[in-house]
Amino acid sequence: MSDLDAFREEARSWLNDHFPSGLAHRSPPGIAGFGARLTGDWKAWQTSLGEKGWSAPTWPAEYGGGGLSPEQAQVLGAEMASRGAISPIGGFGIMMWGPTLLDFGTEEQKQRYLPPIIRGDIHWCQGYSEPGAGSDLANLQSFAEDKGDHFILNGSKVWTSGALEADWMYGVFRTDRNNKYEGISFLTLDMKSPGVEVKPITLISGQSPFNEVFFTDVVIPKENLIGEKNLGWNIGKRLLLHERQGIAGSGGANVVGGSYDIEQVARDYIGLENGVLADGAMRERIAMQKMFAHAYALTGRRFGEEAAVHGPTPAVGIMKVAWAKDNQNREELLVEMLGNRGLGWEGSGFSDNELKTVRTWLRSKANSIEGGTTEINLNLVAKRVLGLKGY
Amino acid sequence: MAVLTEEQNMLKDQAQAWSRDEAPVTRFRKMRDSGTDAGYEQATWQDIAGMGWTGILIPEALGGSGMDYATFGVVLEETGRHLVASPLFASGLVGASALLLAGNDAQKQQWLPGIAAGTSIVTLAVDEGPHHAPEQIAMTADASSGSFTLNGSKVFVLEGGSADAFVVAARTSGTAGETDGITLFLVPADTSGLGVQPLKTADSRGYADLTFRDVKVDAAAVIGTADAGFPILDAVLDRARAGLAAEMLGTACEAFDRTLEYLKTREQFGQVIGSFQSLGHRAATLFMDMEFARSCVEAALRAIDEGSDEVPILCSLAKCKAGEFLHDMSNDMIQMHGGIGMTDEFDAGFYIKRARAAEATFGGQSYHRRRYISHFGI
Ligand SMILES: Cc1cc2nc3c(=O)[nH]c(=O)nc-3n(C[C@H](O)[C@H](O)[C@H](O)COP(=O)(O)OP(=O)(O)OC[C@H]3O[C@@H](n4cnc5c(N)ncnc54)[C@H](O)[C@@H]3O)c2cc1C
Repeated sequence: MSDLDAFREEARSWLNDHFPSGLAHRSPPGIAGFGARLTGDWKAWQTSLGEKGWSAPTWPAEYGGGGLSPEQAQVLGAEMASRGAISPIGGFGIMMWGPTLLDFGTEEQKQRYLPPIIRGDIHWCQGYSEPGAGSDLANLQSFAEDKGDHFILNGSKVWTSGALEADWMYGVFRTDRNNKYEGISFLTLDMKSPGVEVKPITLISGQSPFNEVFFTDVVIPKENLIGEKNLGWNIGKRLLLHERQGIAGSGGANVVGGSYDIEQVARDYIGLENGVLADGAMRERIAMQKMFAHAYALTGRRFGEEAAVHGPTPAVGIMKVAWAKDNQNREELLVEMLGNRGLGWEGSGFSDNELKTVRTWLRSKANSIEGGTTEINLNLVAKRVLGLKGY
Repeated sequence: MAVLTEEQNMLKDQAQAWSRDEAPVTRFRKMRDSGTDAGYEQATWQDIAGMGWTGILIPEALGGSGMDYATFGVVLEETGRHLVASPLFASGLVGASALLLAGNDAQKQQWLPGIAAGTSIVTLAVDEGPHHAPEQIAMTADASSGSFTLNGSKVFVLEGGSADAFVVAARTSGTAGETDGITLFLVPADTSGLGVQPLKTADSRGYADLTFRDVKVDAAAVIGTADAGFPILDAVLDRARAGLAAEMLGTACEAFDRTLEYLKTREQFGQVIGSFQSLGHRAATLFMDMEFARSCVEAALRAIDEGSDEVPILCSLAKCKAGEFLHDMSNDMIQMHGGIGMTDEFDAGFYIKRARAAEATFGGQSYHRRRYISHFGI
C-alpha cells in the first residue's frame, strides 16, 4: 500500500468516526470564522475538524494545522467531497489571512493567531478599502501614529465585510504620510477596542453584509504589527494574491452560496419538448454557461496543483475575473428563466427559492468589484503575467 | 500546463525543436505555393514518420511505441503551433484509433504496422453534408451473401486524396437520424466503384470528396460488429476531437505569442501599443481563454487514457473551448496587427484559415454545445 493509500484509509476512518452522517451533502447554516456561532451537530463537526487541524489541511501541525502534503490534502478533499462533508470553518482567516501570516508572521504571532483561525473561533474582517482608496488602495489615509510601545489609530474604512460580527480586524494603515507605498503598515486590532465604531451599509440586494468602520484614538499595541513598520504594502498585496488563489483553488465552488440547480430551473420554468429544452436559444446559453463553469473548475484544479508545487502565481488573477463572470452569468440566466417569478422581492406570492434567487442575483453584481475589480485584475495580468508596459 | 512524464518531455522537446527548425510556417507556405493537391510535403511526412510519431498509439509488437493520447496531444500541440501539415493526425491518431478500438487481429496486422511506419495512410470518412452530423449518416451498405455493397457519398475527408484506405461509416439498417444500424467498414482506396475527388480548400490542407457506386467489400471489411458501429464511431470521433483540440490549442497559443510580441514592439502615439488598456485587457482575457482551453484539452486526453466515463462530455468541452479560443485569437491576431495582419505575406492569414477548418472538423462550437448539454437531460 502506498503512503497515499494509507492516508486515504486514515482519512476514511477518521471521517467515519467524526463526521455526523446527518450533515451529509448539507451546507452549513453559517461559517464559523465568518460570523456564525454553530450549534448541535454542526458545532460538534466544527470542533472535531478544528482540533484535527483539517479545516486548514496543509498548514503546519505546530500551529494546529493538518500538516498534510498537497497530495494528502487532495485525498482528504476528495474523501470529504465523496461523502458530502462540507467544512463549516472558513472566512478571511482560513482563506487569506492565515496563509499570509505563515509567510510574514513572527513565531509568536503565528502561535497566537493561527490556532483559533483553524478552530473557527475567531472571526476576522479585512480593513483595506477607504473612501478615497479603492482600486488605488495605496492611497489609504487612516493614520496609525507611532507612540513608542503602541500606535494611535484615527480614520475610517469602508465596505468592510462582516465587520459588525467580527472579533478582530487585520488591515493596512498609513504610518508615514510622506511615502505612498513605503508608508503603510500591516496591523491587527481587536474590534472591541474603545474608539471602534461600525455602521452597516445596505446593498442593492437588501442585505447588509458590509460596513463602514470608524476609528477614534484607537490604541493598538506594537505586538500587533505584522512585519516591519512602513513595509506593510507587500504583505497587504501578498494577502490579495492568497485571496485570488483561494478563489481559484475553490475550483468552481459557488462561494456566494448561489441559488438552485440551473437544469432544474430550466425544466420547471421553461419545460421540455421531446426531451429537449423548449427554448433553443436559452439552451445554447445554458450550455455555454455550464461549459465555462466546467472549464473554470478544471483550471482551478490545475492551478491548485501547480500552486502546491510552485507557490501562488499572478496568473490566478484571471481566476478572480472568471469567477465573477461565471457567477454573474449563471445568476442572470436563472433570473431570466424564472421570468416574472424572478422579480419578486418578498412576501408569500413567491417561493423561497425564487426570492433567494433574486437576492443572490443582485449580490453577484459585487463579484466583479470585491477583491479587486475585474478591470484591476486584467491590469495585473497584463503587467505581471504578460509583461505589458503601462499598467 | 500539466506535469509531463519524462517520455512526454522528451517528445515535447523533440517536436518543439523539429517544428521550429525544420517545419516552420515558411515551409507550409512553400507547400501551398507549389499548388499540390496533397496538402502536405512528402519530405515533412517522412521526417515525421522517421521520428516515430505515427506510431505513438500503436503497440510495440505492431511497430509503434504504445504510448497514450496525452503524449500524442503534446506532439500535436507543437506541430499545431507551426501549422505543420501531414497525415499524422488523420492516420496516426484517427485511423489508428478506429483499428485499435475495434479492428480484428487480421485488420490490425494488415494496417497498423504501415500506419506506424508512415507507409500506409488510413483516414475516417464520416460526414455527408456541409456540417458534422454522424447521426445523420445515410450512405447505404446492403448485405447479400456475405458481402456488402456500398452506395452514397462522403465529403471533406481529411487527407482523402492521399489515403490508402478509408474507415467508412455506412448504414446497414435503419434511417438517417438513428444511431442503430451504423456499420464501420475498412475500404481500400483502390476498390472499384470508389471515386476520390480532391478539394482545393482555404486552409491548403488535403481533403477529398468520395463517391461510392456499388462498391463491394466482403464481411472481413467490417470493423467491429455490423449494425452496432455507432458507439465505436463515437469513441473514435471523441479521440479525434481531443487530438484535434490539442493541435488547435497549439495553433492558437502560437497566434497568441506572436500577437503579444507585437503588442510589446509596435509603437504608435509614442508608446508601445500594448500599453493601451483596450488591447492589454483583450490580451489578458485571451490569456484566460488560453488557460481554460488548455485545462479542457488536457482533461479530455487524460480521461481517454484513464478510460473515464466522462470522455464524451470532456471531449465536447475540449473541442468547443479550443475552438472558441482559436476563433477569437485568429481574429484578434489580424486586428491587433492592423494592416499587416491582412497581407498574405504575413502569417496571420494561414492561422485564421487553419482555424476555421479545424473548428468545423468533427463538430464546431455549436455542435459541441448541443452535444454537451444533451448530457444534462435538457
Ligand atoms: C460586496 C463587497 C464586499 C467588500 N468587502 C470588502 C472588505 O471586506 N474589505 C475591504 O477592505 N474592502 C471590501 N470591499 C471593497 C472593494 O475591495 C472595493 O470596492 C474595490 O477595490 C473597488 O474600489 P472602489 O469601490 O473604490 O471603486 P473604484 O476604485 O473607484 O473603481 C470604480 C471603477 O473604476 C474602475 N477603475 C479604477 N481604476 C482603474 C484602472 N486603473 N483601470 C481601469 N479601470 C479602473 C474600476 O474597475 C471600477 O469599475 C468590498 C466590496 C464589495 C462590493
